[in-house]
Amino acid sequence: MKILVGIKRVVDFNVRVRVKPDGSGVDLDGAKMSINPFDEIALEEALRLREAGKATEVIVVSIGTTACQQQLRTGLAMGADRAIQVDTEEKLQPLAAARTFLALVEKEQPGLVILGKQAIDDDNSQTGQMLAALWDRPQATFASEVVVDDQVARVTREVDAGLETIEIDLPAVITSDLRLNEPRFVKLPDIMKAKRKPLEVIPLTDLAIANDNKLTIDHYAPPATREKGIMVDSAEALVAELKNRGLL
Amino acid sequence: MSEREVMEYDVVVVGAGPAGLACAIRLKQLDADRSVCIIEKAAEIGAQILSGAVIEPQPLDDLLPGWRENKPPHCIPVSKDSFRLLSKSSAKKLPTPPQGNNHGNFIISLGALCAWLAPQAEALGVDIFPGYAASGIHYTEDDSVGGVIIGDMGIAADGSQKPSYMEGIEIHAPLTILSEGCRGHLSKQLIKKFNLDSDSDPQTYGIGIKELWQVKPGKSQPGQVEHSIGWPLDKNTYGGSFIYHLENDRIAVGFVTGLDYSDPSFQPWEAFQQFKNHPQIKPLFEAGEILSSGARALVEGGYQSLPTTEMPGALLIGDAAGTLNVPKIKGVHQAMRGGMLAAEHLSEHADGKGYDKALRASPLVAELKKVRNIRPGFHRGLWFGLINAAWETITAGYSPWTLKNHADHSAMQKLDNYQSPERHWIPRELPPRDRLASVYFATTAHDEDQPVHLQITEPDICISRCTQEYGNPCTRFCPANVYEIISEEKDDKNQRLQINAANCVHCKTCDIKDPYQIINWVTPEGGSGPNYQNL
Repeated sequence: MKILVGIKRVVDFNVRVRVKPDGSGVDLDGAKMSINPFDEIALEEALRLREAGKATEVIVVSIGTTACQQQLRTGLAMGADRAIQVDTEEKLQPLAAARTFLALVEKEQPGLVILGKQAIDDDNSQTGQMLAALWDRPQATFASEVVVDDQVARVTREVDAGLETIEIDLPAVITSDLRLNEPRFVKLPDIMKAKRKPLEVIPLTDLAIANDNKLTIDHYAPPATREKGIMVDSAEALVAELKNRGLL
Repeated sequence: MSEREVMEYDVVVVGAGPAGLACAIRLKQLDADRSVCIIEKAAEIGAQILSGAVIEPQPLDDLLPGWRENKPPHCIPVSKDSFRLLSKSSAKKLPTPPQGNNHGNFIISLGALCAWLAPQAEALGVDIFPGYAASGIHYTEDDSVGGVIIGDMGIAADGSQKPSYMEGIEIHAPLTILSEGCRGHLSKQLIKKFNLDSDSDPQTYGIGIKELWQVKPGKSQPGQVEHSIGWPLDKNTYGGSFIYHLENDRIAVGFVTGLDYSDPSFQPWEAFQQFKNHPQIKPLFEAGEILSSGARALVEGGYQSLPTTEMPGALLIGDAAGTLNVPKIKGVHQAMRGGMLAAEHLSEHADGKGYDKALRASPLVAELKKVRNIRPGFHRGLWFGLINAAWETITAGYSPWTLKNHADHSAMQKLDNYQSPERHWIPRELPPRDRLASVYFATTAHDEDQPVHLQITEPDICISRCTQEYGNPCTRFCPANVYEIISEEKDDKNQRLQINAANCVHCKTCDIKDPYQIINWVTPEGGSGPNYQNL
């Protein structure tokens, strides 16, 4: 069984992002870029499944410019067998990303697609669900435990009420939550090995994806800064102050 | 203990700063078949380096002819110099000293410069490994340096192995090049082991603190370079400020204080903030916002503190050796030159033997020798220092004497026999409010569950002696508020030292200035530490 893992190049979670002064976007000048942490967890899970003999090949996929080859190489150094970069200058929204994955699914015929539950740049949490719908296969989102048994996966999901365990037929889409696993560190010699692993570049245009973005972004703005509070001496003063401001 | 995995190279370079990168690039230019790797503890190249910075471009012309057509980001020619003497309320213009003339130089971000050099090194075949800390030295059987040991990852605070544990490998190489920058922790061990400083004065240092600001449109005059001396420092403390105007309404501002200051109550970080709030300075930053901030120690010892730079199997280059030119306030051109010189020496000789001699005969050390008496002249105060600097400049360093340097930690006075000078400090309005707010802009990150990388070799001294004698100056000289003296409950007399290691910005000031020399900075897990953007 092949496993396809999506990894997105995003601004590192440690970086303090700020909106550009002209409101045209987020300033990423000199910012550290990394694999989206949820995608790193997705890849770790795929590698563990392969190491447990449940899968034979792990393919990492990223959609973007040649810059995301850096993240694909990291994925290969972690242990993926090969990588595919879908080359585009465009910033794809979730539906177009899901269509792109579908095109690759049709080409590669994986038994399982594992994606991060969301990317930490846009926080959409849509691509996995859309891919499952387009592919017309089961989905298990927000996974915190995955057990693969022949043609079935038993997945524990993190839901609002607690944990929910479901069984799905493969092929299927799984999206990873934070507690699924702790990704491994990359061993230095593996970085060298990763340089020799295959990395295929497919122009997005070759996949004939309809990229009709449904959303247009008008402008970006930082959240309003909180105004400085005042200290009051007593409960009476607090009530008076609240009344004064028409809040009581 | 199991045998560690080994990778072999012809040359292993520790630290991807200007010295290490220039050295690696030159090595490959001269001999493409030589295998070279660079180990860097920052998660990304340039993320843990910090400098003003105004640089002399000649070494870049030598290393990468044509670079001016393909400049690094944030690189603009200097258009104007100014030099001022501050008092609490005024700023007097002084003539720019000849070493401070920056015509033909460039304002850069050293982080961006390194991030721009790295892919050029990789294109030549250098393997660069960011996110891995060289935590120890591998010695060969005859006790010469044979490479480095990469730190283990995934060790818990109590020393146990976490599920993610990964043993660090060894990198073996006939030659190891230490380009860790100022007070490199491996360089420190090697200088001691091979007695490399037995013929030189102790190294001396400064602490530089820097912020990058987005200012209101119209305030930045790209290319303008401003320096000041005087307030907020007292006349017996060496130091000064820099303000470099960049493009896109950005300004780099910083403050350097000589770590030979004597006042145990002095706070270098507070001095920087005071400077920014000076009535003549503050308007530049009003209504602006901080983009990034950080701190780093720098070497100031110069010629007389330069240790022997070669040992069996290894060389020290850049500020790991200490080649910064203090009167010019520039080290990048010297670091790059030293790196290239090491590479050129290696291509002509089988090993590093004779490098130290070649270095001392080079223009690099000649430049240091010429200005050797200027910085130590300030031991006797600002006015003597300035007059002495003028004399040394006029005589071009031909004075028959060489002034001595003394270890910075020995300069600190005990509370009992010292009266702090009146500092005339003013209320501050510009951010950041305190050191914790400042660390936020350094985006420093350490996994909390790892051993503390600031080792106190004799912890009993902190409360028993240091509190009495110096009032725990670590709580003040650290720009990141790493050290705190706390008691568990209010009015509890049982105090203890708390080390907030996760805040550390790897500046090395504590390792240098602690009066008992009991703080030892070691590498945390690879990839930990500040994540500077364009500092």
